[in-house]
Amino acid sequence: MFEYVFLQQYWWFIVSLLGGLLVFLLFVQGGNVLIFSAGRSEAERSLIVNSTGRKWELTFTTLVTFGGAFFASFPLFYSTSFGGAYWLWVLILISFVFQAVSYEFQTKAGNILGRNTFRAFLVANGFLGPFLLGMAVATFFTGSDFTVNKEAVGDSLAPVISIWGNGWHGLEAFTNIWNICLGLAVFFLAMTLGALYMINNIEDENIVLKLRLRLWLSSFCFLILFVAFLLHICIAPGFAVDQDGTVFMEKSKYLHNFIQMPAVLVIFLAGVVLVLYGIVRTLASRKYRRGIWSTGLGTVLAVLGLFLVAGYNGTAYYPSVTDLQSSLTISNSSSSLFTLKTMTIVSFIIPFVLAYIIYAWRSMDRKSLTVDELDETTDKY
Amino acid sequence: MVENALIDWSRAQFALTACYHWVFVPLTLGLSFIVAVMESIYVAKKDEFWKKAAKFWMKLFAINFAVGIATGIILEFEFGTNWSNYSWFVGDIFGAPLAIEGILAFFMEATFFAVMFFGWNKVSRKFHLASTWLTCIGASVSALWILVANAWMQHPVGMEFNPDTVRNEMVDFWAVALNPVAVSKFFHSVLSGWMTGSIFVIGVSCWYLMRKREVRFAKASIRVASVVGIVGTLAVMFSGDSSAIHVAKYQPMKLAAAEGLEDGGEKAPFSIVPGVEIPGMLSILATHDINGFVPGINDLLDGYTAPDGTKVLSADEKKERGDIALAAFKAYRENRESDPEAAAQARKVLEENVEYFGYGYIRDKQDLVPPVWLVYWPFRIMVGLGCFLLLLMVVVLWAERKDRIARLTWLQWVALCSIPLVYIAGQAGWIVAEVGRQPWAIQDLLPVNAAVSSLGTGAVRTTFFVFVAVFTLFLAIEIRILLKAIKKGPAVDEPQVSDK
Repeated sequence: MFEYVFLQQYWWFIVSLLGGLLVFLLFVQGGNVLIFSAGRSEAERSLIVNSTGRKWELTFTTLVTFGGAFFASFPLFYSTSFGGAYWLWVLILISFVFQAVSYEFQTKAGNILGRNTFRAFLVANGFLGPFLLGMAVATFFTGSDFTVNKEAVGDSLAPVISIWGNGWHGLEAFTNIWNICLGLAVFFLAMTLGALYMINNIEDENIVLKLRLRLWLSSFCFLILFVAFLLHICIAPGFAVDQDGTVFMEKSKYLHNFIQMPAVLVIFLAGVVLVLYGIVRTLASRKYRRGIWSTGLGTVLAVLGLFLVAGYNGTAYYPSVTDLQSSLTISNSSSSLFTLKTMTIVSFIIPFVLAYIIYAWRSMDRKSLTVDELDETTDKY
Repeated sequence: MVENALIDWSRAQFALTACYHWVFVPLTLGLSFIVAVMESIYVAKKDEFWKKAAKFWMKLFAINFAVGIATGIILEFEFGTNWSNYSWFVGDIFGAPLAIEGILAFFMEATFFAVMFFGWNKVSRKFHLASTWLTCIGASVSALWILVANAWMQHPVGMEFNPDTVRNEMVDFWAVALNPVAVSKFFHSVLSGWMTGSIFVIGVSCWYLMRKREVRFAKASIRVASVVGIVGTLAVMFSGDSSAIHVAKYQPMKLAAAEGLEDGGEKAPFSIVPGVEIPGMLSILATHDINGFVPGINDLLDGYTAPDGTKVLSADEKKERGDIALAAFKAYRENRESDPEAAAQARKVLEENVEYFGYGYIRDKQDLVPPVWLVYWPFRIMVGLGCFLLLLMVVVLWAERKDRIARLTWLQWVALCSIPLVYIAGQAGWIVAEVGRQPWAIQDLLPVNAAVSSLGTGAVRTTFFVFVAVFTLFLAIEIRILLKAIKKGPAVDEPQVSDK
């Protein structure tokens, strides 16, 4: 039993880490939002598209792996959330699907819709991707409208166990101000990361100057929205689970989680400090261009901390506001012990994967991208 | 009650996504291998010609690659959005290959694709070559794990039903990973991608020959592609043979439908087209024995006794056992806390009948028969086109080796017109595999009506048409961009820019 609990916690940690990495890699989306606003000439826009365009597959792959890992380790979440909040997930998918083809298609002859249409798709995904993903994660704290009834499997005519409580199938998340708050916070964080990434990755004074201006705006908006959401979840009642698995509302549950799990608090605070350090130092010094690394690492840690607070310490990570006892916890929604053990062995490959990604990244990005480089090469978008 | 319309629209949406995905994936699989071979020749010979050739095909590869990724992500998430009950009922087994695919393959593809495409002047020649091979290997490893997942749907192994958690749980990972159906399916599908890539390269090259352009490039490309294609097609045929044995063993209804075989027996004939048969051939294909017994649709519905004396239950008997299993499941769940003795008794009954659990959801025994024409004809199209394409590649290779290919205009036309045929063959193959499994989402374990998400029919119908519009738009754009890029050509005569 101890082993099972440990592995459930381990896999929640892996999923949370993937979530953190995904939010960091949303710098691709955040950068794309700035295609038209920071890139005035074609040369500048091309620099932005080619800068984010050499990393987009990593973001996309992390999103897919995040989904796959969630499916393998917590299949009840996969079936309840994806099948229930249908429209929310479909919108997320469609925005990413348009992004996937837009890089390759935008400058190719015969692309039917024209370059600016595909760039508009990149901008649309740049906003919708982070915003909707942020909204989806916010429901981990605000709750959703569903019931889970495993007895339904015995009903030969209606055996579906997870039932969404309304016909809006995820769109109702827009009616909760705190979902929108976190959605916008993630969007502005992505824009902040995008600006920091391109300040580091592009060697062009004009663009870098404009990116610094955008960084002021995006980081300010991000901080306001994020602090507001954080204060809200620390004050508002949270979805607690007692020893026998009964879910109940506990005032300031997430604040209690931070206090009762000092290690998680340290991870979260370290993340926040690193995020701020990268932003403040970049804004303070025109010569400093490495802010993406501290803010990026900080993002991974802060998001990791938030996910851990949502799932650890007797907390329902995907709560149902319709039927509290249908809420998903890491113990009632996880895979079997055998599957978690098997997947744990597979997870030992992750450091190796990270190592070759870092190696390839460094090999490709030794020099920052310049207009001259793009002029001289045909290997570009 | 789950509406039939909801089930049908959900099936249509999944079929649509899978079919479109398989338009783009085989070219990715085949072209990545051909590009890797060409770049290897470049590195070995240090001949810039091969670098230009590899870069041209790589450009076409990249245009196609992105749409494959776009359709693939929707396919993965549709297991959750449209088949949520499936995701819970077998997620304990099915999720693992998807996660492994992401960790093992997708990152490899994504990381090294960027190096392969943008790294010509940024990394060493050998590192670049390694990246091209790793992209190719990543694509194949990705196919491996999704095919392991698909094979498990055709022949579920390595799991047990747990009435306490109300799902099937994995008990043997290696049985899932090394499922014999998965092994055949991997070679059959991935190497059919080699066929697609090869026919694509041969067809495009023949177009250059018709136009008397890029002659050296076209002939060199034909040489590489036809060798890759012939090897691939022979392996596809070999793995197709073992697939037939597996289908006969694990999915006899699919085989009966693929043959339109109403009543089976020994020395079963193979139907070439209705009314034209080869006596005993189906028995050979299905059992490797001319006297082998092959059950027909009626045998499978009415029950039969196999030659070894095994009695195979009729559909009605299986449904009855399924009903018993469902009732026992309910009794177990009702009594497991209040009356342990009654619960133990119910569990015993459940375990005795669990093999037929899925039949409890079957409403009418006729539902167990897939649409015969939709399995029968695609099977003939797949096999017929496969044989034709093998012959074409052999003739093309012979003509190229004899230095006649540039003069044989009719052969160039046939090769060019064969590009759509290889796609039709691939689509037909998947239609046989997936339609033939109906009504089961997982063979004998979970029918589609018990696997579907509880959504409004209108919602799924809307997303179906949205996906039709989006995928068709992407396909039209891709084809137009490919045509423009092909028309522009590789320009191998242009001055070279030397790399590192």
